[in-house]
Amino acid sequence: MFELIVNGQSHQVDVAPDMPVLWVLRDVLGMTGTKFGCGIAQCGACTVHADGDPVRSCLLTIADAQGRQITTIEAVGETPEGARVQKLWLDKEVVQCGFCQSGQIMAAAALLKRVPNPTDKDIDDAMSGNLCRCGTYVRIREAIHAAAA
Amino acid sequence: MTHISPIAPTRRNFLKIGLAAGGGLIVGLRLPGTRMAEAANAGAPFAPNAFIRISPDERIVFIMSHTEVGQGVTTSASMLIAEELEVGLDQITTDFAPPNNALYTDPNLGEQATGGSTSTLAGWEPLRIAGATTRVMLIEAAAQRWRVDPATCVAQRGVVRESARGRSASYGQLAEAASSLPVPKDVKLKAYSQFTLIGTPQKRLDTPGKVNGSLQFGMDVKVPGMKIATVAASPVRGGKLRAINEAAARAVPGVRDVVKLDDAVAVVGDHYWAAISGLRAAAATWDDGPNGNLTSKGIVASLKEASEADGYTAKTRGDAHAAIANAAKRREAVYQLPFLAHAPMEPINTTVYVRPDGADVWVGTQVPPRAQNAIATATGLKPEQVTVHNQYMGGAFGRRLDVDSVEQAGRIAKNLGYPVKIIWSREEDIAQDFVRPYYYDRVSAGLDADNKVVGWTHRTTCSSVMARWAPGGMVQGGKLDPDTVEGAAETPYDFPAQINQVVLHETPGVITAWWRGVGPTHNLFVVEGFIDELAAEAGMDPVEFRRRMLGHNPRALAVLNLAAEKSGWGSPLPKGTGRGVMVQFAFNSYLSTVLKVSVSDRGEIALHEAHVALDVGPVVNPDTLAAQAQGGLIFGLSMAMFNEIDHDKGRVVQSNFHDYRVLRMNEAPDVQVHIVSNPTAPIGGVGEAGTASAAPALANAIFAATGKRLRRIPFASQMAQVGRS
Repeated sequence: MFELIVNGQSHQVDVAPDMPVLWVLRDVLGMTGTKFGCGIAQCGACTVHADGDPVRSCLLTIADAQGRQITTIEAVGETPEGARVQKLWLDKEVVQCGFCQSGQIMAAAALLKRVPNPTDKDIDDAMSGNLCRCGTYVRIREAIHAAAA
Repeated sequence: MTHISPIAPTRRNFLKIGLAAGGGLIVGLRLPGTRMAEAANAGAPFAPNAFIRISPDERIVFIMSHTEVGQGVTTSASMLIAEELEVGLDQITTDFAPPNNALYTDPNLGEQATGGSTSTLAGWEPLRIAGATTRVMLIEAAAQRWRVDPATCVAQRGVVRESARGRSASYGQLAEAASSLPVPKDVKLKAYSQFTLIGTPQKRLDTPGKVNGSLQFGMDVKVPGMKIATVAASPVRGGKLRAINEAAARAVPGVRDVVKLDDAVAVVGDHYWAAISGLRAAAATWDDGPNGNLTSKGIVASLKEASEADGYTAKTRGDAHAAIANAAKRREAVYQLPFLAHAPMEPINTTVYVRPDGADVWVGTQVPPRAQNAIATATGLKPEQVTVHNQYMGGAFGRRLDVDSVEQAGRIAKNLGYPVKIIWSREEDIAQDFVRPYYYDRVSAGLDADNKVVGWTHRTTCSSVMARWAPGGMVQGGKLDPDTVEGAAETPYDFPAQINQVVLHETPGVITAWWRGVGPTHNLFVVEGFIDELAAEAGMDPVEFRRRMLGHNPRALAVLNLAAEKSGWGSPLPKGTGRGVMVQFAFNSYLSTVLKVSVSDRGEIALHEAHVALDVGPVVNPDTLAAQAQGGLIFGLSMAMFNEIDHDKGRVVQSNFHDYRVLRMNEAPDVQVHIVSNPTAPIGGVGEAGTASAAPALANAIFAATGKRLRRIPFASQMAQVGRS
C-alpha cells in the first residue's frame, strides 16, 4: 500500500512499487487530465509537478513519489502561474488537438514559477522536452512571454 | 457528450422536418442539387448532411458531420450555422454525428469522413443554408403567431422580434410551431460583406476543456466495470502468434485476462501498468510468415526497378519528350520520399463493450461508419447493433481514417463479458501503423533559350492508398489513383508540354495509408524541388524564375509575391544561411512559403523563420486559418527533417519518439502567416496545405544555404553526413 498525495489530497493505493504515477492517476484515481504519449519520457505529455518541479509521471514510480506533493493539470489553475498560463493559452489560442497541452501547461507553469520573466533561451530549455505534434510551438512561446509580462 | 439520433429522411425534400421528443424542431439538410433518395436506392454518392435541433428549453444543438482532430472544425462549422441562424456561438452546443453515410457523407470524400482538408468546403454552403432555412421558419412561426408580415420581424441571438408592437419570442418558444411549417425552397444567403461572424476571429469552442484537463479524449473514456488492455500484434505483417507464456502474464498482479488471437495477443488488467507488465511477461513469439525477409534496401531496390518501365499515363499535354529533346537546357532527377508513420500524440485506443445483442464503441475516429462496420465484422453483430460514441481526438493526421485497431478491439472484446479499453503502446503504434507510401519519382524537364520550361515529365512509382481504402475512388477506368498525381498533374505553371505517369507497385507486408497533405505532400516536394533545380540551371533567382511562368495565374503570383516580400527575399544573408521558396495550389487554396535556414559546418540544420502567404478564398475563422498554416508547416518540417519508417527482417525499425523524431520547441521556426483576402473566390481548405509546403521549402532553403541539393527525405541525417561544404 502506497500513499499518493495529489493536489493536496492523500490517496491510499494498493499497486506494485514500480507502477508509474501516470497510471495511478489515470487508471486508479480516474484523473485523466494527465496524458500518456510515449511511456519513455520523450514527449512530456504526462508532465506533473512533484514538489513544484516538472517531472514525467510515466517514469516516476509510486515508490519514488512517496512523501512528494504531486500537482496535476486538474489543480494547477489554483497556482498563480498555472492560472496565468491557462488564461494566456486561451487568449493566444495556442491549443489545437490539445492532447499534449496538459504537459505543456505544467512545464510552462513550473518555468514561470522559477523564472518569472523567461528569455527565449529559458523557454527553449524548459519546454523542449514537451512535444506538440500539431506544431503549436510558435504560440506556446508567445503565450509564455505574455504570461510573464 | 450525448448523441442525438437524427430523423432519417423519408421523402425527397431539401429539408426534412419532424417533431423531436419533447416537441422540438429538427432540421436536417442536404446539399441542393443532390439526390439523396435516389442515391439511397442506386448506391450513388450520398449528399452531406448536418442537423440542427432546437428544443423548447432553448437548447440549440448542432450535430456535426465532421470530427474534431484539433483542426478547429467544431468552431468554424458552428460559425457557418450560427451566422445564418442568427445565434451566438455561446448559444450553440455541438455534438458529433452518429455513423450514417446517408445523412452525413462529405461529397468530396464520398462517405462520412473527415480528411483531405475538405470540412470547410463541405460545410460552406449546406451549413449556411441550414441556418438560414431554420431562421426563416422560426420567423414565419412568429409572424403567424402575431399575425404580422414576416418582413416586419427580425431574428437576433435566438430571439425573433417584431417592430410594430415590440413583441418577441425565443427560438425555443417558437420551435414547436415552426416544425409544422412548410420548408422554404430557396432561402437567400447573406453576401460576404453582410457577415458578422464569418471572417472574424472567434475563440475556439473546444479549447477551455483542453487547458484544465477536463475534456475527454478517447483515451480518457470511463465506462462502469471497464478493464484496461494492451496488445501486441505480429511485428511482421501477415505473421501469426506462435506461443506466449500465459502463466507468467497471469502471475502479474492486476492481470485479469489474456486473449489470444491468431495474429495478436492482448493482456487485460485493472490498469494499463498491469496490462503492459503482463504483456511483457507473456513474451510472445511469432511465426513471421512470408514477409519476414523484408528490408528497406530490398523495398527501395524493387521500387527503383519498377520505376524504369513506362507506367500508366495519367496526363499528357503536347509532346513533352520531343520538347525536352529539343530544349536549350535539360535536366533530370530522382526524388525519394520514405514510408511515414502518423504518430498522433494520443496513442491508438478503443473502448468497446460487446454483448450478445449489441455493442458500444467509444473511439476517436475520422470515419464513424467504418468504425461501426469494423466492430460488426469482428463480432458478427449487425452494424445497426453497434453504437459508436465518437470522441475528441488527440491528433489523427490520417491515422484514424483506418479502423484496423477498432476491428482488432472488437475481436479482443468479444472474448470478454465486460467493457475494455484497449490502449496501444507508442511502440505498438509505430510498429503497426499503416504508413504513408514510399515514393520513387523520376522527373525531367527542358528549358528554352528564354529559360522557361518547355517540357516536363514526371513518373511516380508507389503503392496506391485509394485502391485499398476506397477502390471506387480510382479514376480513368480504375487505372489511376488520383492521389498519386495530385499536385503533379496540375501545377500552377501550366507547362506547354507535360506527361505524368504512375507505376503502381505494391510492397507485400506493408499497408499504406493517407497521411496529412496526401498527394500534394508527396508531389510538391518533387515539383517545387525540381523547379528550384531548373532555376539554378537557368542561373536565375528562384522567385523570379517562378514569377515568369505564373503570369496567367494571378492568385498563385500574388501569394508568391507576398511571401517573398514579407520574408525580405533577396536581402543579404550570412554564409551558411539561405531562404527557400515554394508556391502551390492544393486543397483548392493557394499558398507560398519562404523558409530561412542555416547549416553549420557539421551539417546541422537550424530552422529560423517561415513566412506563409495564403489565399483560401473566403475566410471563416482567420485565427484558425493561421494556426493551421503554422502547425501544418511545423508538422511537415518534422517529417522533412527527421522522419522515415524503415524495415528490417520484416519489422519496423523505429519504435518511439527517440527515433521517430518530432521537432521540439528549440528546433521549431517562427512562422508568420499572411492571409490574402479573396472573399469571392471558391473556398479552399487549409488543414494540410502548410504541411505540403514544408519539404520543398526546406530542400530549397538548404540548397540556398549550402549549394547541396537534397532529393531524398529526411534531410537532417543526410546533411549531418555530408556537412555544409
